[in-house]
Amino acid sequence: MLLGKKRDREVEIPSASLSDIVFLLLIFFLVTTSIDTEKGLDLVLPPPGHQEIKIPKKNITNLLINSAGQVLLDGEQIEIPEISRIIKEKLFENELLIVSVKTDKETKYETYVKVIDQLKKAEAKRISLAEPEED
Amino acid sequence: MEFKRKSKINVSIPTASMPDIIFMLLIFFMVATVIRQYSGLKVKLPEAEKIQKIPGSKRHVVTIWADKNDVVVCDDIRVKKITDLRNIVYQKLVRDPQIQIALKIDKRDNMGFVNKIHQELRKASALKVHYFAVPGGEY
Repeated sequence: MLLGKKRDREVEIPSASLSDIVFLLLIFFLVTTSIDTEKGLDLVLPPPGHQEIKIPKKNITNLLINSAGQVLLDGEQIEIPEISRIIKEKLFENELLIVSVKTDKETKYETYVKVIDQLKKAEAKRISLAEPEED
Repeated sequence: MEFKRKSKINVSIPTASMPDIIFMLLIFFMVATVIRQYSGLKVKLPEAEKIQKIPGSKRHVVTIWADKNDVVVCDDIRVKKITDLRNIVYQKLVRDPQIQIALKIDKRDNMGFVNKIHQELRKASALKVHYFAVPGGEY
């Protein structure tokens, strides 16, 4: 029996191609990655039901948007870029102010988002949505 | 003038640490990757300035697409009738009470239609909504 002879074989995993494999994986992840750039305007909808909360009239300001994208703020027609400034002034006078946004059925969503954006700019926290009137 | 002498320095960039660098990059991309779950609809988002990221994890976000032909898709479930939306959203809310709604609505849509979605979401008690927009806007 041969017992004494032991061969010194060097066992090694070849690592020369390791960087190639890692490169392939890297390229795969580079291609599949879509880094989130999605952002939006947040809003909290009123809870379901038709309960009415009495709010003193002086704490409400009405903002109406018609189908042509014109904005009426408390009975005065104003331009959309002016909203943030006017609301800011109103909030400065009365910080409990609630902005009630009312739209027409035909109002474009783009206009609505612009108005909400203006309200966010004015840091109006209390925004209420009124339903468009059914005809 | 002397032109003969040329230094014979072996110039080479060391490549021994290249696999390590690539590994680092790989790990970064593996961590940053979110494999897109839903294909959604093709919509033209409106522009806005004061946009912000949805707080919290993406796992709790339900996305609703609505394109200009008033087709509604909720996480790749095609909503045939708008009144079915409340059930779909409600089922999701039961499974995960923390959900938030991401609304990807085409900017050419009418508010009458958007309001129908609002009403459905209210009936499903999913009240936290985000109107998705792209940065920009001339104002």
